[in-house]
Amino acid sequence: MGSAFFGEKFTSMCLNAGSSSFADLVASCAPDLLPGAAAAPDPAAAAQLPHGTTIVAARFADGVIMVGDRRATAGNMIAQHDIEKVFRSDDFSCVGIAGVAGIGLELVRLFQLELEHYEKLEGRTLSLEGKANRLSAFVRGNLSAAMQGLFAGFDEDASQGRIFSYDATGGRYEERPFHAVGSGAVFARGALKKLYTEGLAEQDAVLVCMQALYDAADDDSATGGPDLARQIYPVVAVITADGFRRLTEAEAGEYARAVVEERMSSPGGPVAPLRPPAEG
Amino acid sequence: MPFYVSPEQAMKDKADYARKGIARGRSGVVIQYDAGILFVAPNPSGALHKISEIYDRIAFAAVGRYNEFENLRKAGVRYADMTGYQYDRSDVTARGLANWYAQVLGSIFTESNKPFEVELVVAEVGESPATDQIYRITFDGSVAEEHGYVAMGGQADRVAAVLKDHYADGLSLVQALGAAIAGLSGNGEELTASGLEVGILARDRVHRTFRRLTGSRLELLLTEAKGQG
Repeated sequence: MGSAFFGEKFTSMCLNAGSSSFADLVASCAPDLLPGAAAAPDPAAAAQLPHGTTIVAARFADGVIMVGDRRATAGNMIAQHDIEKVFRSDDFSCVGIAGVAGIGLELVRLFQLELEHYEKLEGRTLSLEGKANRLSAFVRGNLSAAMQGLFAGFDEDASQGRIFSYDATGGRYEERPFHAVGSGAVFARGALKKLYTEGLAEQDAVLVCMQALYDAADDDSATGGPDLARQIYPVVAVITADGFRRLTEAEAGEYARAVVEERMSSPGGPVAPLRPPAEG
Repeated sequence: MPFYVSPEQAMKDKADYARKGIARGRSGVVIQYDAGILFVAPNPSGALHKISEIYDRIAFAAVGRYNEFENLRKAGVRYADMTGYQYDRSDVTARGLANWYAQVLGSIFTESNKPFEVELVVAEVGESPATDQIYRITFDGSVAEEHGYVAMGGQADRVAAVLKDHYADGLSLVQALGAAIAGLSGNGEELTASGLEVGILARDRVHRTFRRLTGSRLELLLTEAKGQG
């Protein structure tokens, strides 16, 4: 192959590796390819690297939804207008990473391969819990990048959507029934709390997440709102028993435009009822 | 003091040994059709596979000793995933994998006392039938590029002769399955869905193109294939 990397040692590892983990394989034959292998940049330099920002996720009647804004910031600058932070990790799960974008994207790539590699070697997919645990180890392995993550998937055993959040140490917490991570998460969570109800239909759940992201963008400068001028809309992933589906730009745009339209007349968005509805 | 054995004799003995081992097993067929590449192997087990996905557009079929080709299959997945991770998914090719398998099998054949008793096919589905690639790799590391169809295993020559009569460019999936069944059921035995392992690389799928055909879908295809005689 021209590269010493594919030499005798690599061949021997391919033939004799005992593990079905792709990350273990990389660690044993090319550890420098792992995200986090390089020394961490000092905090001042790290602040000037592109960062991904807000991601929200919510359960709904048939599964789970994850929505991420499209902005990356580097210090006080906007580094990218159309970055993607929500990714399909396999047929029944997706992952979103907030934090240093360069390491986050590499980590997602490794995680996707980890799931696919296991599936090909073992002839079965990992359980949703198994996938969530693997991601935990990956985030912990990149402690210095101080990432926050969301992992969501359809649990075929429990027949429902589930959400897991991760702190920088890889701490894994199951979230019910919604959650948000990233710089605008507090505002998004506030909105979700007021708008979310159990058993939402898919369209309503997407709308709730879009509203929450708009509120995050409204008050957090690092979170990007829908960019109607450039036609850049949040990434929307929907996972049900039928598998992973990402809404097309046109579909996501429709939700985004509806939210922006509504905010033209009521900038604060939908208002939750102050008192419980009167009985009878 | 060991007896002297000439290199020619040693290689011939190893080759005979490997051929005998492979000849004891069942055959397998890989055949092109209009919308992809079809893999068929008689296999009573639903769990121990002879046909497998390697990468997005690449699959693997093998005959011979299970533990040996299973080890090679896993090694191939590791090779492919590692190559795709280091470079890009489009940089993983059947040609690269076939060459790598040839190196691995070649050195096992010359360096170890016991050669692997396996025969492999690595196939990659292209954008059009003309760009499909099928490679056959034998126990000693020889590689051959095949076009249209390939038979492997104990009765390979006889199966290939039948396939030659049935094969034409642009077969449908049902026709290709019919040809494979005709080739594999030479001894008058009836091949049923439960005794067959069938997989396809579907040209028009995106990302991972490999699919197993099982259950009622396979039964329906078999009925159609046998119906057209």
